[in-house]
Amino acid sequence: MALERLTLEHVPSTHRVYITLFRDVSNSSFLQSQLISRNPEFEYAFIDVSSIISRTHLLAAVYNAINTQIDGTLKTPNVHSEVVISLSPSNNIAETYRRWGITPDKTKDLIVVKIVVSADEEEAETERKVWEHLTQHVQGTPVPLTDGEISKATDWPKVRKYYKLNGVPGLERLKDEDLKKKQMEKLVLMGMALRGM
Amino acid sequence: MTTTNTTTTTQFPPPKVLTYPSSTPPILITQGAEGRLYKTTYLSPSIPCALKYRPPKPYRHPILDARLTKARLSAEAKVLERCWREGIPVPAVYAVDTSAGWMAIEWIDGPPVRAGINEWLGDPPEVEQDGGHQQDKKKENADEDEGEAPMVDLMRRIGLAVGRLHNLAGVVHGDLTTSNMMLRPPLDGGDAAQGKAGKALEGEVVLIDFGLATQSQSDEDRAVDLYVLERAFLSTHPRAERLFGEVLEAYRGSFKKAASVLVKLEDVRMRGRKKSMIG
Repeated sequence: MALERLTLEHVPSTHRVYITLFRDVSNSSFLQSQLISRNPEFEYAFIDVSSIISRTHLLAAVYNAINTQIDGTLKTPNVHSEVVISLSPSNNIAETYRRWGITPDKTKDLIVVKIVVSADEEEAETERKVWEHLTQHVQGTPVPLTDGEISKATDWPKVRKYYKLNGVPGLERLKDEDLKKKQMEKLVLMGMALRGM
Repeated sequence: MTTTNTTTTTQFPPPKVLTYPSSTPPILITQGAEGRLYKTTYLSPSIPCALKYRPPKPYRHPILDARLTKARLSAEAKVLERCWREGIPVPAVYAVDTSAGWMAIEWIDGPPVRAGINEWLGDPPEVEQDGGHQQDKKKENADEDEGEAPMVDLMRRIGLAVGRLHNLAGVVHGDLTTSNMMLRPPLDGGDAAQGKAGKALEGEVVLIDFGLATQSQSDEDRAVDLYVLERAFLSTHPRAERLFGEVLEAYRGSFKKAASVLVKLEDVRMRGRKKSMIG
């Protein structure tokens, strides 16, 4: 089973976070339509991996969404949609869904985040149900959500555009590609942290 | 291993976010007039971070208090981002919660410049420690100046760092002291300097604590920034007084308009930090 239970620092124990990655998803249109019709059975954050650069990048959005939910200041219908908009450096929600969310016929590699808050059921039970539901409805190949798997799908030109990383003097000066990527991750995190400021 | 902790060592309650479980308990590092600084972790146990918390001030009207906290946190975060985009080494911003009054930023390793200088002053560099066959390889003219080389080098790095902050980012720090500069050890080959004289002074100068920073291009503001640093340096390290000139010399060479800032600094020295509002 490729469903991973996440432990995040400074998240209340009432919150359980599950993440996974599906490759070569063939029914993105169906999945997106379930979100649009607000089908309560499809309360997931569906994220297009091509706009993601690392686990830390994703986790930062999950953390931010949970923090916003605890605060009671969600700007979107639920904590899952909040994960998606937390990825954006801008406040334009529609654009954010297009860029980071699932896009019909376009999204091939999909990250799924499920956040369960203070469910009464046993953990193993929740995990089993979530996994069962996902494998039943997502047509794709589940793989563990690692940095390596993410980097295979990252579309860097797109990421650089979305986070305004082109022509940034602090990056242009760097020669070492690994260091450049590390610095870009920091700038991405900052873009998210400073959303709307 | 997850523990629920309440930082019992502090006399003030921590922000709510720090009461949620974490792999290691947050540690209160400093407490200033405006806020507190905790060392904790961000997202995963392997990412250390500094959490800056500005608690509500009971003596202020709640609405004003919230507005000030929000404005100050977001100003600081914006300045840090600006520096980052220019490639000036400062902590990265990980998360900001303006309504709860905290900001999680990158943890900068290494001692503050203040500690490095004090260690160096109290423990003058020894040319050789292992004695015997590895005897003094230094040139015969290893006079006092050469012994001071690591310190002079640090002074220049500081001048350059401030110059780049002023010029490239268009930011004045507002509270430059040797406590607000860190000496970050290199990512790899950290022990390359082992046994070398002046090891205490090695590392990349990283400016921290931008709580009083503003965006400004004016000679006046920049000169005041240097003046504050000069006063702080001379009172913290009176024994290194004559080396401070190196900071200003490096600053002079760091950008075109630095010379006019230094001229302005003369005026500021004459009258002090505050500009007269008379007339």
